Amino acid sequence: MIEMQDVYKTYPNGVIALNGISIRIKQGEFVYVVGPSGAGKSTFIKMMYREEKPTSGKIMINGVNLANIKDSKVPLLRRNIGIVFQDFKLLPKLTVYENVAFALEVIEESPKNIRKRVMEVLDLVRLKHKARFYPDELSGGEQQRVSIARSIVNNPSIVIADEPTGNLDPDTSWEIMDIFERINDRGTTIVMATHNREIVNTIRKRVIAIERGKIVRDEVKGEYGYEA
Amino acid sequence: MRLNTLRRHFRESFKSLGRNGWMTFASISAVTVTLLLVGVFLVIMLNIQHITKQIERDVEIRVHVDLSATDADKDALRAKLEALSGVEKVTYSSKDEELQKLIESFGEDGQSFRLFEQDNPLSDVFIVKAKNPLDTEKIAKQIEPLPSVGKVKYGKGQIEKLFAATKTIRNVGLALIIGLLFTAMFLISNTIKITIFARRREIEIMRLVGATNGFIRWPFFLEGLWLGVFGAIVPITIVLSAYSYVFDLLYPKLKDTFFQLLPFYPFAWQLAAVLVLLGACIGMWGSMMSVRRFLKV
Ligand SMILES: Nc1ncnc2c1ncn2[C@@H]1O[C@H](COP(=O)(O)OP(=O)(O)OP(=O)(O)O)[C@@H](O)[C@H]1O
Ligand SMILES: [Mg+2]
Repeated sequence: MIEMQDVYKTYPNGVIALNGISIRIKQGEFVYVVGPSGAGKSTFIKMMYREEKPTSGKIMINGVNLANIKDSKVPLLRRNIGIVFQDFKLLPKLTVYENVAFALEVIEESPKNIRKRVMEVLDLVRLKHKARFYPDELSGGEQQRVSIARSIVNNPSIVIADEPTGNLDPDTSWEIMDIFERINDRGTTIVMATHNREIVNTIRKRVIAIERGKIVRDEVKGEYGYEA
Repeated sequence: MRLNTLRRHFRESFKSLGRNGWMTFASISAVTVTLLLVGVFLVIMLNIQHITKQIERDVEIRVHVDLSATDADKDALRAKLEALSGVEKVTYSSKDEELQKLIESFGEDGQSFRLFEQDNPLSDVFIVKAKNPLDTEKIAKQIEPLPSVGKVKYGKGQIEKLFAATKTIRNVGLALIIGLLFTAMFLISNTIKITIFARRREIEIMRLVGATNGFIRWPFFLEGLWLGVFGAIVPITIVLSAYSYVFDLLYPKLKDTFFQLLPFYPFAWQLAAVLVLLGACIGMWGSMMSVRRFLKV
């Protein structure tokens, strides 16, 4: 459960990126966040994993107010949230397997569990057969699948993605959406900022539209609503 | 911490040492030069201190009793000496005992002094020791005007000179060492900065997936630690071999003087421990500066 109440965010340079956001996202929902460039989508997403703190307002994730938690508690928060970016953020010197395992090693998971979990998620993103490959030996779509595998290897209850298909061609984007739907089917909440009109209009989900830091539209099975 | 985690941190820290080859070399060299100087300085200072202690122990005021003094006068003088402030101990040595000591101190040649045993020209002596050797002169001055006192003798100026020399060496040494310590720390902190920069992608991902700050910092602390500790190896080797050489060279010559050097053991272990510890501190401090500034965790 994600809940925001009157969230405002003014960056130190004076830009008001969020201007009074209130929203409620139930466990297991799939939500698109749409809006023009500079509307505040990325800022909205960053609030959820506390990359940025709100200037004012409340952000509750599974009952914890992120505006109040200490910096030292942020790592624990992030263990329950998977994060996916447009640029994959894979480590080029590690294999696919190692990239995914990395996420568990650095939170000191036991080696026995690591092996099992990594193989499970590589199976889910259909890359088990490429476990020994290096990122530069993979297509963009495959790299993004590795990064998704890494985001869910810790079994988070929420996955948030900022333009995950932004760097991918249309065909590959569908593959990625297929993976996200499978993850969502297992009960994981998905929040995805996107500019991909075709995807939003085809795979119908809840749509939250942000413009100039405010929510201007919130529809169940909504439309993209902007000209491409 | 899990054993696996520890192994991982060790591995990462060593990888960085290799990756930053030249900076690693520069940092270790800086620590080496610094600790070499610290080592030499410590050897000198501690030996001077050791020697000073021995001399101090031997600094005494010899109060010659006037030849005309009666036993009652002597008792009165003794009481007065003991009453002086800052006096630790007063011992009496009769003129016969004094002669005996003289004869012994000359060994074989001393036998000729036996002639004087019949008609002893020496005086009875009170030997006064000050609580603080530096007060020796002051106390001696107070003794001179007392009744029944003949000559008053003491090791005038010896200690003061030694203390002055020690002080100069200490100040110059300290200034140099502090300067070098900062240089070494600065170089180490720069090396760590480069490591942090080279690994920023990894650090970013670690943060995203929820690694704790402590976990992220560990390899950098270890890297700093290695730079400091490896920097101590050469100075320890050089300083200790040099000291053992000098010690063997001087020992026979100094055997019968005040100037006794510190014995090689346990001094060698203590010095090695101090240098390693100092290296470790420089290293960790240097890495802490970088981690605080550039890691913002
Ligand atoms: N770190 C920052 N410091 C200052 N201003 C920022 C920062 N990040 C974003 N902004 C500003 O805040 C506003 C919202 O930015 P944000 O990145 O949230 O938009 P967005 O909706 O994600 O845009 P896009 O679709 O182009 O990714 C913009 O005006 C942007 O310039
Ligand atoms: Mg954005």
